[in-house]
Amino acid sequence: MAEPLDDYIDAVSKALALPVEEAFRPAVRANLEVSLRLARLVDEFALPDETEPAPIFTA
Amino acid sequence: MTAKPEMKAADIAKAVAGGQLSALAATEAALARIKQHDTVLNAFTDVTAERARAKARAIDADIAAGKKVGPLAGVPFAVKNLFDVAGLSTRAGSKINRDLAPAKRDATLIERMEAAGAVLVGALNMGEYAYDFTGENIHDGPSRNPHDTTRMSGGSSGGSGSAVGGALVPIALGSDTNGSIRVPSSFCGIFGLKPTYGRLSRARSFPFVASLDHLGPFARSVTDLALAYDAMQGPDADDGACTTRGVEAVMPKLGESISDLRIAIAGGHFQKNVFPEAVEAVSRVAKALSATQVVDVPEASRARAAAYVITTTEGASLHLDRLRKRPNDFDPAVRDRLIAGAMVPAPMVDRAQKFRRWYRAQLAEIFRSVDVLIAPATPCTAPKLGQVNFNLDGVELPVRANIGIHTQPISFIGLPVVAVPVPLEPLPIGVQIIAAPWREDIALRVAYALEQMGVVSAPAPRGF
Repeated sequence: MAEPLDDYIDAVSKALALPVEEAFRPAVRANLEVSLRLARLVDEFALPDETEPAPIFTA
Repeated sequence: MTAKPEMKAADIAKAVAGGQLSALAATEAALARIKQHDTVLNAFTDVTAERARAKARAIDADIAAGKKVGPLAGVPFAVKNLFDVAGLSTRAGSKINRDLAPAKRDATLIERMEAAGAVLVGALNMGEYAYDFTGENIHDGPSRNPHDTTRMSGGSSGGSGSAVGGALVPIALGSDTNGSIRVPSSFCGIFGLKPTYGRLSRARSFPFVASLDHLGPFARSVTDLALAYDAMQGPDADDGACTTRGVEAVMPKLGESISDLRIAIAGGHFQKNVFPEAVEAVSRVAKALSATQVVDVPEASRARAAAYVITTTEGASLHLDRLRKRPNDFDPAVRDRLIAGAMVPAPMVDRAQKFRRWYRAQLAEIFRSVDVLIAPATPCTAPKLGQVNFNLDGVELPVRANIGIHTQPISFIGLPVVAVPVPLEPLPIGVQIIAAPWREDIALRVAYALEQMGVVSAPAPRGF
């Protein structure tokens, strides 16, 4: 049975022209699950619309 | 006189400048010690012996000619192999980068160390592309802990921790994106400085996460750390993030009283997921500093999550072409994390960066009423090499994912930190002395006071 993230991995792999060999897939999926879980933790935090991102960070 | 293995950089420089020790003798002593012990420690990937001897002879010639020499005259040092060293390919712990042309010019920080009289003796092992907390490297083998060679040195600047902890060199340079200076400092029982983001130039070093990358020194004493730090400060147009602030020398302030400083213990996230040794280390430091106030750092767990997201996505972006063309030449663990990082939806990255602004404002507020925060550097002492899980309060947790949980929320907003070694038995462990942006002087003064009290020190290596 296909894992829930497999279709997503295939689609992004195609969009990014980033091949994911079958041997890599289980570890990529496991890592993606961790990344998305942590990203959701950030996503859940409500921020004011005015908040500026910090892509160029100044301490 | 001869250079003893654990001789501090300050003592070497003083003896060299005073003519009691030649720079060449100090250099030869370091080279001999590397030759004798690095087969076990595996800290070095390159030893630049001839370059070092030439530099040392030049210093000795200057002294013989009556010329003034710098504050690090004749002090051997080494750098993580992501620093450009003229004549070497900057491998950054990878197999792929070995195909790069040799660097034509040294990294800015090497140039500044050598301008102060220090002598580069080699390049140091590290986790692949700095995406690591263990000090293990699939291509070069692990750098080993100098107090127990079956244990991790910590990453990603593992060779830096191992070389200084093992007293092969008194000073090393490394990088810290999420904890890669502070973690090896903790595991190897040495002092490490992660300065404010933008303080020290990163020019001609191999990047990882541009908005989180810092460079800094490791040493066996606070004075040596401050000497190196002062030598490396100053603006540099070759690093777009480097501050335009002038040199703010710490050495003259190091011994100033700390009685006026407001020192607190970081609570919440920083008191969770810690082994008894980390609790004991923080407690000893807090007691010595008479710090009793506990300050909750709001949303530090979320800050760690946001740092993780930014790291994995920026890292993926940096390596995207290499992931496409040479996936089988990566360490599989690094590759699979980076491929996953490339797949994180963009809005989540943007939100992580926005959260960073919010979190920075919270810490700025805390630093209005506090000068220093104390927190563990790592949740535990050095794990065994290859160890996958550790058991904390009956719960099995993955080692790699949890080593940096207390360092990540701090580097996330670029705060300066000195990692100080608490010499517990059987293994040392580090504590973070955290200050407000641009106040490295405060963190170093506190570290120095703790060292004077005998609470923190770099234990003699005894693992080899």
